[in-house]
Amino acid sequence: MYSFDFEKPSTIADAVAALGAEDAQALGGGQTLIPTLKQRLAAPSKLVSMSGIAEMQGVCAEDDGSVSIGGATTHATVALDTAATYPALAALAGQIGDPAVRNRGTIGGSVANNDPAACYPAGVLGSGATIVTNARQIAADAFFEGMFTTALDEGEIITSIRFPVPQAASYQKFLQPASRFALVGVYLARFADGVRVAVTGASEDGVFRWSEAEEALDKEFRPDALMGLRINPANMIADLHGSKEYRAHLVSVMTKRAIEACM
Amino acid sequence: MPKDSGIGASSKRREDVRFLTGAGNYTDDINVHGQAYVHFLRSDIAHGRIKSIDTSTAEAMPGVVKVFTGKDFEGVGGMPCGWEVTDKHGAPMQEPPHPILAQGKVRHVGDPIAAVVADSLEQARDAAEAIDLDIEELPAVIDMKAAAQDGATLVHDDLKNNICYDWQLGETDDAKVDEVFANAAHVTTLDLVNNRLVANPMEPRVAVGEYKRGTDEYTLYTTSQNPHVIRLLMCAFVLGLPEHKVRVVAPDVGGGFGTKIFHYAEEAFCTFAAKACGRPVKWTSSRSEAFMSDAHGRDHVSKIELALDADNNFIGLRTNTFANLGAYLSTFSSSVPTWLHGTLMAGNYKTPVIQVNVKAMFTNTVPVDAYRGAGRPEATFQLERVVDKAARELGVDPIALRRQNFVTQFPYDTPVALTYDTGDYNGTMDKLEAAADLAGFAARRTQSEAKGKLRGLGINCYIEACGIAPSNIVGMLGARAGLYDAATVRVNATGSISVMVGAHSHGQGHETAFPQVVADMIGIDESLVEIVHGDTSKIPFGMGTYGSRSLAVCGSAMVKATEKVIEKAKKIAAHLLEASEADIELKDGQFSVAGTDKSVAWGDVTLTAYVPHNFPLEVEPGLEETAFYDPANFTFPAGAYACEVEVDPDTGQVSIEKFTAADDFGNIINPMIVDGQVHGGIGQGIGQALLENCAYDANGQLLSASYMDYAMPRADDVPFYGVDHSSQTPCTHNPLGVKGCGEAGAIGSPPAVVNAVLDALNSGGKAVDHIDMPMSPSRVWSAMNS
Repeated sequence: MYSFDFEKPSTIADAVAALGAEDAQALGGGQTLIPTLKQRLAAPSKLVSMSGIAEMQGVCAEDDGSVSIGGATTHATVALDTAATYPALAALAGQIGDPAVRNRGTIGGSVANNDPAACYPAGVLGSGATIVTNARQIAADAFFEGMFTTALDEGEIITSIRFPVPQAASYQKFLQPASRFALVGVYLARFADGVRVAVTGASEDGVFRWSEAEEALDKEFRPDALMGLRINPANMIADLHGSKEYRAHLVSVMTKRAIEACM
Repeated sequence: MPKDSGIGASSKRREDVRFLTGAGNYTDDINVHGQAYVHFLRSDIAHGRIKSIDTSTAEAMPGVVKVFTGKDFEGVGGMPCGWEVTDKHGAPMQEPPHPILAQGKVRHVGDPIAAVVADSLEQARDAAEAIDLDIEELPAVIDMKAAAQDGATLVHDDLKNNICYDWQLGETDDAKVDEVFANAAHVTTLDLVNNRLVANPMEPRVAVGEYKRGTDEYTLYTTSQNPHVIRLLMCAFVLGLPEHKVRVVAPDVGGGFGTKIFHYAEEAFCTFAAKACGRPVKWTSSRSEAFMSDAHGRDHVSKIELALDADNNFIGLRTNTFANLGAYLSTFSSSVPTWLHGTLMAGNYKTPVIQVNVKAMFTNTVPVDAYRGAGRPEATFQLERVVDKAARELGVDPIALRRQNFVTQFPYDTPVALTYDTGDYNGTMDKLEAAADLAGFAARRTQSEAKGKLRGLGINCYIEACGIAPSNIVGMLGARAGLYDAATVRVNATGSISVMVGAHSHGQGHETAFPQVVADMIGIDESLVEIVHGDTSKIPFGMGTYGSRSLAVCGSAMVKATEKVIEKAKKIAAHLLEASEADIELKDGQFSVAGTDKSVAWGDVTLTAYVPHNFPLEVEPGLEETAFYDPANFTFPAGAYACEVEVDPDTGQVSIEKFTAADDFGNIINPMIVDGQVHGGIGQGIGQALLENCAYDANGQLLSASYMDYAMPRADDVPFYGVDHSSQTPCTHNPLGVKGCGEAGAIGSPPAVVNAVLDALNSGGKAVDHIDMPMSPSRVWSAMNS
């Protein structure tokens, strides 16, 4: 990797200040960024670690019933600490990568990176969560703007993510055989006021909501409700691991399985 | 009762203590005082003409010792190929030069263009980025059939075409083969691909070159399966160095699987550069470099035709294969699709007429060479897939069809140049049927169907030619090396033994299994015997480890050397016991006079050999013997495998539910190690069948260039294996009666998995007769829905 400066601030304010430097970059758990640096595919002037900021750590149950997760909280902590309050999200976190990844990688890092095959974007969008930054609050529906692209401004830090807890939810992940990212992952959450279905891994536009499925499930919540519904393969990803048609098909299969898991 | 030591005992692998506790000594653990680091600037395009390379900026960068390009190697040889194949018209194969650093053209992504030696690796990488390259991109030659067309872009401008050789084995009379097929009651035809693989040993390749000016001596530390072969090739063909001035050390090596047999440019570079730079030079491959510089495996595209008579006897077999050699000839690449592949096309069957045709192609891809099984998996895959397809077409039981056509009389001369010395294929199949509980399959299928899954059973037989090889025969076939091996048994004064062997252990457990043999022969504790390997300055000239040869060939040399030691020790014992040598018996480490209670212990005899006060005058002091062993024939391990899969009809996901292997390895020294070798081989075979896919795009970019896209089998991809090694027909021509077990699993498992998946799909009413490997969920789903 190229040489860079390193800072590990202990407050959000200090982190924001440090990120003001030209070409500075925030470092979460480094599960994407460090390999990228090792391959010399990025050359930040400075890395600002989020891991020393106490107020960005941990899981907290809010008074309104939602679950708030600090941006620097590792997947392993989320898997453990939301198991009782939001089991579907805990299950998602517990399936990311392997134990080493889960004990380093963070929710803020994953969501800010918005890898098109990452699990968390589906959980965040499917839950209708709110992304809280040092500057503002952003609804999930307005946050994910396409592959590796988000509404975050330069230097803006995800300090926490607030998840409303649905009546029932399930994440169904079909593994890409090599990376074990999601070839297709479907996060389905059933709230009193409606169903949300978020799909990761499948689309060239990154995570998205399958609104036709949501409408059908709002009318009747059962696996057969999807009969006849098909995702248009046109925008799906095609690669070594699956064609557009295969991914479109998997979206239906995984959604159906998520419905069954919520019954 | 299982034995607890010696031949036949499952002695625990003594080397695992250091491997599992972080005390191994791998090549990257070796750091030589004053060493510099090399970074290779590699081509990022598949094919291009080098117009200019400007290294002036790089040379002035901090820490840079020296920058090398192809020009620096114009006076030395290129990487040699160790096997000259003669084509079917009698002409030698086309053999293009393979420079250490690219000269004139780059020919694959990863082809080294320049090398920067610097004080640190990061400085070398920084400087490599400052090298100014002007390379004119040329069309990439990727598809083998297109590469064979007249007028195709040439990978090597000086060759007449991209065909290295057009080779044939078996029946040379095309008309006769045509007649067999014309008269057949049934012909089954299959087009198939044997997917390109990357070996991916856990330890990437490493080389450290050192030169001592005072004595004019070189040392190369390298991740090799055969240090003497590397020394010979590098000294004689590449750098022109006297062998006695060069020491090659291959210390602990973290897996080879064939890909560490070959002499690589990086090894010659580090040796050359150590003198040129006046400093030791170290190279450690990154995993990314390994994907584009380690020789790949397999990559055959074949058409196979099987002719049967009205009674379902196999009467003819014809294959036409395109074999990818990549951009250059790797060390043994030319032998893999020919003598290690065509010769196995008879399989376990008495097919009377066989014709094998192979066109070996140059393409703008990484060189392809031996990978676990090396040609034999490619042969087995074709044959066992076409037999299975024939059984389905004819509506007959695939096991019965195989049994009907088995070779049952030995020795058996195949139509493709081999003589099987011994075997019992029906006996091995009997073992499989019992061990795999084939009788219970129907009930297991019913259970799977109740869960909404399709269950399939796949059967496969294999035979391989191991114990490579009789030197005179391989010499006639084009090998530029002998394939004997050697061992020195050095008995120490106090009775312990060091055995210097030409074989190299890089995961096989030689350090445990070889001492079991020597200790058993003498009747002493295994802990008194130790193996020394991997250092040309310590061991006799042996040919190393590959092709499941170590015990059959080097082990035989070790037995011969041990016999010489025992013979001499008996002379000494006879002297001490004042008896005739003919009356001396050795048992449990005691020499005794037959029919008396007079005896002397092993340790007393060995001490006498080195403190020869009371010693037979006609005998030399000391107790150390060397033997070389050149096998009389190949060995022929064979087996029958059964795989049971479940297929999820919604997604095409395959899961292996049960896998059973019945192998005939002849005699077995350490059953636990043999089981482990089979487990590992099956794991790799399952990897090939379901997961691993080294893919290039049309421009020659490697699509599967990291573990993000190249799927290695993980623990949860494979089941607990059932293995049965009780079918044993000992090899008839080596002293231990052993055959070799290292590659069997990788040879025997891929067709079993494919056959099982197809059986599952057909059981669900999907008339699918072939799916190319890897059978990813996507491919299986597509096949079900096409």
